[in-house]
Amino acid sequence: MTAAGTYGPARFLPGDQIAISTNPDTEPFWSAAKDERLTACQCGACGRFRMPPSPFCPYCSSRDKQWPELPGTGAVFSYAICSRNPATGADFVYVPVVVEPDGAPGVRLIGNIAGCDAEDVHIGMPVKVAWTDIQDGWKIPNFMPQSLA
Amino acid sequence: MAWVNSDTCAIVGIGATEFFPRGKSWPRTINELAGEAILAACEDAGIGVRDIDGFAYYAGATAGYVDKFDTGSLMETLGMPAVSFTAALTSGGGGSAGAIGLATAALKNEDCRYAVTVMACQQMPHARLGAVFGAMKPDPELSFLQPSGLVGPGHLVSVLTRRHMHLYGTDPAALGEIVMASRQHASNRSNAMRRTPLSREDYEASVMLAEPLRRLDFCLETDGAVAVITTTIDRAKDCRHPPALVHGVAHGASRAWGRAFSWMGMPDPEFASSGHRFTADRLWDQTGLSARDVDVALLYDHFSPMVLMQLEDYGFCVQGEGSDFVLSGRTRLDPATGRGANGGIAVNTHGGHLSDAYIVGMTHLVEAVEQLRGTAINQVRDCNLALVTGGPAPVPVSSLLLRRA
Repeated sequence: MTAAGTYGPARFLPGDQIAISTNPDTEPFWSAAKDERLTACQCGACGRFRMPPSPFCPYCSSRDKQWPELPGTGAVFSYAICSRNPATGADFVYVPVVVEPDGAPGVRLIGNIAGCDAEDVHIGMPVKVAWTDIQDGWKIPNFMPQSLA
Repeated sequence: MAWVNSDTCAIVGIGATEFFPRGKSWPRTINELAGEAILAACEDAGIGVRDIDGFAYYAGATAGYVDKFDTGSLMETLGMPAVSFTAALTSGGGGSAGAIGLATAALKNEDCRYAVTVMACQQMPHARLGAVFGAMKPDPELSFLQPSGLVGPGHLVSVLTRRHMHLYGTDPAALGEIVMASRQHASNRSNAMRRTPLSREDYEASVMLAEPLRRLDFCLETDGAVAVITTTIDRAKDCRHPPALVHGVAHGASRAWGRAFSWMGMPDPEFASSGHRFTADRLWDQTGLSARDVDVALLYDHFSPMVLMQLEDYGFCVQGEGSDFVLSGRTRLDPATGRGANGGIAVNTHGGHLSDAYIVGMTHLVEAVEQLRGTAINQVRDCNLALVTGGPAPVPVSSLLLRRA
């Protein structure tokens, strides 16, 4: 029963309840994430980005891919504010954010933001990646405000 | 370019079961629900169930995403001697209006004579529609989305709605007005699931499930089934009721919409839209018509903001002005004039998915046919042209214009 504007601190959903699966197209992204390197799928022929990783470049149909390391900064494109843990139903404030990472035009990444109150998240907010351990030894990119040291 | 098949086929039969709250239709089976709707549609059309020789589904012929039915079981129990067309549009509810285009394609190709489109929903506790994303271990694509806790369609639509508010200053009160208008339209319908009048205070007391969306911005969850029968106009002459002519119909989407809120890669302006611009433009190109010509709009309303964004994508107002359009009351049926209030367009005169029932788009088709027959409970005066939509959803979304003969 949360009224708008009174959520308090946004938190990352607990990593031990999060699982992912991979395939040969997506595995390089997650392998880099394990080493806390943020990357995105870039066409090896024309240089344009796409996410999630997929077999063909949608612009030139090339199958060549490269995985440049991104700076790990970006800006919030949109978000929602949720107040229940989807796995347990318990009260839990989290903010799914769609982020446009710097260095990869057109790419969107989707994670949680923490380090601020939920009601202070806004579109255009500068963020930086924060890695969260999840099941099976994987890590996912979440986000923190860039204003945090 | 006028569409060559315009007005050559028509919906001639509509049928439905009674509607139940989610999970309350048991011990009826999914085949009983679907069969009852098909039999009722045949009765309405004035044909025998054994005349049905085509099945034109959407949502991959899944039943409300969580159960399955298929042509083999239905023809086995309903006794159709042969079936010469059985196919479905892909993906989910976005194809509901477009399934009539699939039926038209089958009829014009002379694959069948009477095509039925049916949807049956039966949600059991172990397989809840609204949790359809969350219940799955994420596949490699959804592994880029689901760890964020965006586990239900309402979560996903809330992210698009937030962007719409950011770009255009959309007022959250407009979402409340959409819900209240749907409730007003449902209030005099004895079969509607939600009929009690809804005040602005009631709406604002509704819990935020994924801000900016409240519980009341989410559609109902309903058990039940609806079927409609499409045939050619020469056969329609022998049917019981005046035909609802298939004047234009389209399904699909642009790549900029694509997997839509399962992807979140849409550029502006598609991101903060219903994804219907592509099929809307096809519909207007097919018919030479525009939103101004529509008498009643049955817009797929799984979530209230998607009514607002469809009003923009179809051109009832320009993109970004949906909030003002809605807040001026122009989507309500004005009882005094029998038309959209304040020179607007009557939207979801049956109460839609938000207040009447949620059978994945099918009740919108039924309402359109009743409006064109002149038998709707909330009848629009001089109703000649009805717009029906399916989606917003991952490709396809769909658009249908039905015309009174």
